[in-house]
Amino acid sequence: MSKVGKRVQIRTRPPEERRRDFNEVELTLEPEEAMKEASRDIKYCVAPCTRGCPVGVEVPKFLKLTAEGNFKEAYLTLIQRTPVPSITGRVCQQEVQCEGSCVLRRAGEPIAVGAVERFVGDWALENNIEVPVSAEKKHKRVAVVGSGPAGIVVASDLARLGYDVTMFEAYHVPGGVLAYGIPEFRLPKRILNKEFDRLRSLGVDIQLGVVVGTTYTLKELLQDYNAVFLGVGAGRPMFLNVPGENYAGIYTANEFLTRVNLMKAYMFPEYDTPIHLGKRVAVIGAGNTAMDAARSALRLGSEVYIVYRRGRQEMTARAVEIEHAEEEGVKFMFWAAPAEFLSSDGTNVSAIRIMKLKPGEPDRSGRPRPVPTGETFDFEVDTVITAIGFYPNPLIPSHTPELKVDEKGRVVVDMEGRTSIPGVYAGGDIVTGESTVIEAMGWGRRVARAIDHDLSLKG
Amino acid sequence: MPAEREVLLNEELAQDIYKMVVYSPRIARAARAGQFILLMVEDRGERVPMTLVDWDKERGTIEMAYQAVGATTVKMSMMKPGERLYYLAGPLGQPSRVKLFGRVVIVGGGVGIPAIYPIARELKRLGNYVVSIIGARTSTLITYEDRIREVSDEVHITTDDGSRGLKGYTVDALKRLLDSGERFDAAWAVGPALMMKSISEAAAGRIPVSYSSLNSLMVCGVGMCGACRITVGGQIKLTCVDGPEFDSYSISWNELAIRLRTYRKEEMISLETMRSVGRV
Ligand SMILES: Cc1cc2nc3c(=O)[nH]c(=O)nc-3n(C[C@H](O)[C@H](O)[C@H](O)COP(=O)(O)OP(=O)(O)OC[C@H]3O[C@@H](n4cnc5c(N)ncnc54)[C@H](O)[C@@H]3O)c2cc1C
Ligand SMILES: Cc1cc2nc3c(=O)[nH]c(=O)nc-3n(C[C@H](O)[C@H](O)[C@H](O)COP(=O)(O)OP(=O)(O)OC[C@H]3O[C@@H](n4cnc5c(N)ncnc54)[C@H](O)[C@@H]3O)c2cc1C
Ligand code: SF4
Ligand code: SF4
Ligand code: FES
Repeated sequence: MSKVGKRVQIRTRPPEERRRDFNEVELTLEPEEAMKEASRDIKYCVAPCTRGCPVGVEVPKFLKLTAEGNFKEAYLTLIQRTPVPSITGRVCQQEVQCEGSCVLRRAGEPIAVGAVERFVGDWALENNIEVPVSAEKKHKRVAVVGSGPAGIVVASDLARLGYDVTMFEAYHVPGGVLAYGIPEFRLPKRILNKEFDRLRSLGVDIQLGVVVGTTYTLKELLQDYNAVFLGVGAGRPMFLNVPGENYAGIYTANEFLTRVNLMKAYMFPEYDTPIHLGKRVAVIGAGNTAMDAARSALRLGSEVYIVYRRGRQEMTARAVEIEHAEEEGVKFMFWAAPAEFLSSDGTNVSAIRIMKLKPGEPDRSGRPRPVPTGETFDFEVDTVITAIGFYPNPLIPSHTPELKVDEKGRVVVDMEGRTSIPGVYAGGDIVTGESTVIEAMGWGRRVARAIDHDLSLKG
Repeated sequence: MPAEREVLLNEELAQDIYKMVVYSPRIARAARAGQFILLMVEDRGERVPMTLVDWDKERGTIEMAYQAVGATTVKMSMMKPGERLYYLAGPLGQPSRVKLFGRVVIVGGGVGIPAIYPIARELKRLGNYVVSIIGARTSTLITYEDRIREVSDEVHITTDDGSRGLKGYTVDALKRLLDSGERFDAAWAVGPALMMKSISEAAAGRIPVSYSSLNSLMVCGVGMCGACRITVGGQIKLTCVDGPEFDSYSISWNELAIRLRTYRKEEMISLETMRSVGRV
């Protein structure tokens, strides 16, 4: 193992510069950097990284091709498994997936699989590498509901197989969490736009402003389409359910991020949608959503605290985002949870009554359970953003009693995404609960295969 | 044939109050009384909710009535037939829980007057005796009167300045009816938060069922952002998907007032910016 060189240094814009704008934080590798990093890969490795990846990317193969400078083949290898490497290379939780399983991890320097994957994806986008399309038209119609990662993959895979695909999205911009949640500085909209240009060029008809359940019922879609895929995500925000939660100045992370990312409130009044942040902002939670909200608030000029009920090691966000947040100046308060929100004028939140916690016995996730110490203190704030999780989107199930859901509101499916209604399939966060981009894409791919299989049987 | 989201008609009914008819067959065919739509005028615009005042399945049109008060509604008021809204989604929210109650009183205030029309029409169609109370600041701001008369058994009018009907608020008219011994099995209110609250207070203990249609601030309109949340009966509800109508007696009215005040300052900036730049 002595030969393996040092892991590539991913060029990152300096904190002082990036903390005041929404431009991308990490830069894409240069071709030489990517080739050099890929060539660190160990020959004849049993590749535990592939098992660590939820969709089983053939890591050694794409690394080898990249090292040889054959980026096109590297790309074609990648998209066998991850449909949009530009996106997964940027947002996957690599440290617990591919890179987390890398044999070089013990040496502290796993291969930067994510960064190389991102490079190859960006290279392919820039060079307009075409993905293979079936020439034969199937003359069958498929409706894809929701345009997040799961929907993108189903639409793209089926369009490539020759199906007529219509995508329905409630919002005015497609992309799901990739569009309204994950900020520009982590996933530039131009990447997403290119992906949707590609979908359109495959013939996918993208209809915005359609809320399935009310604009069209599922039953109506089934009359017009041979199959319907539900990829509507887990976007219903959870609440803390503590007193004072509805004072002005308390946002859910989804509202805050939607205003900032989708409605471009950071360009108000050039754009009409406002966002109102005070001097000191507290973000409740420590997942990706919390980190995105905290760093966006920082960029709008506030002093930002992450308030988390467990400790530093238990934070669930991608490691690099936590690191970036800290570098940019986000402050952290651990073992602390809001017991109540206070308001000095009866309208706006002015303080959080914080309950001090301490680590207790491990819970089912193996992490120490936070237990109250009985101590509280008041922390003055001007704005609060809650980022404590999401429920599966209940809109379609509530309009469709025949659609089976479990006690947590997740749509019940078989291994390949078939729901309790014939012809209706589901995948992504709506079946798993809040998960990850690559998990949702993996579902999309499996379900697309199942739809193709089922519709082919029907002749 | 018009294009989806094309404005077919946009006319001023009273000072700053407009009626807009838009081509949207997919919304027209699914619309029910009490539901609303969400629209954007342009790509930089805000997502703004508007009640569905009427719809025509055959023609594929929907109708809204709005007051030009801020950046979005002022821009709407400048749109000409043939232009298209940038975005339109709907119908949204739960339909009104109409049924045969018996005698129903339905109250519309200010820009809420047109919004009671489809609800009154449904209640009437189901065989209810419908008493409508409509009120505004002054007589010229009373809109949709003729159409509301068509679907009501009685119409009572109030104006703050006494220029027509009873001088006072809609709640004064309701109190009068109740005090004179009239009995109602259900009440509906659509209008400013304060008006709905006062109607709810006057009806409490005297009218068994009462609904109010809340005008919470909204961003997504489909239950994904929590902007429109409100405590109803001790539980957090989302106005856009669980409402917009809720049981008046369970609504936390104070909270609604608080949350509506969030963006006062920015709303003024927005309107001024738009006026000074002349951007539409
Ligand atoms: C702020 C944030 C940051 C995140 N960061 C990461 C990260 O770094 N890495 C990672 O792997 N994961 C991350 N995640 C999680 C990841 O984004 C999700 O797991 C993933 O997007 C789920 O994909 P999906 O396709 O199932 O649904 P979504 O992305 O939620 O898309 C669902 C779409 O369906 C639409 N829709 C809903 N209901 C209807 C309807 N009735 N009719 C029509 N359309 C409808 C919605 O508007 C939405 O566009 C993050 C999540 C959030 C919120
Ligand atoms: C379900 C629903 C249905 C609605 N139906 C209609 C309708 O049929 N016709 C109509 O004119 N309006 C309706 N509204 C209210 C309308 O959506 C808002 O007034 C809208 O935000 C105005 O946008 P703007 O940019 O023009 O003004 P803004 O710049 O947003 O606001 C200008 C002024 O209006 C006040 N205001 C803003 N939003 C609201 C609100 N939600 N309630 C009360 N006052 C507000 C502000 O405080 C400010 O003084 C409805 C709201 C909801 C939630
Ligand atoms: S898809 Fe994600 S987990 Fe899989 S190899 Fe790529 S970056 Fe790693
Ligand atoms: S585990 Fe690490 S070294 Fe082995 S193939 Fe995968 S990336 Fe290469
Ligand atoms: S407006 Fe977003 S949840 Fe109601």
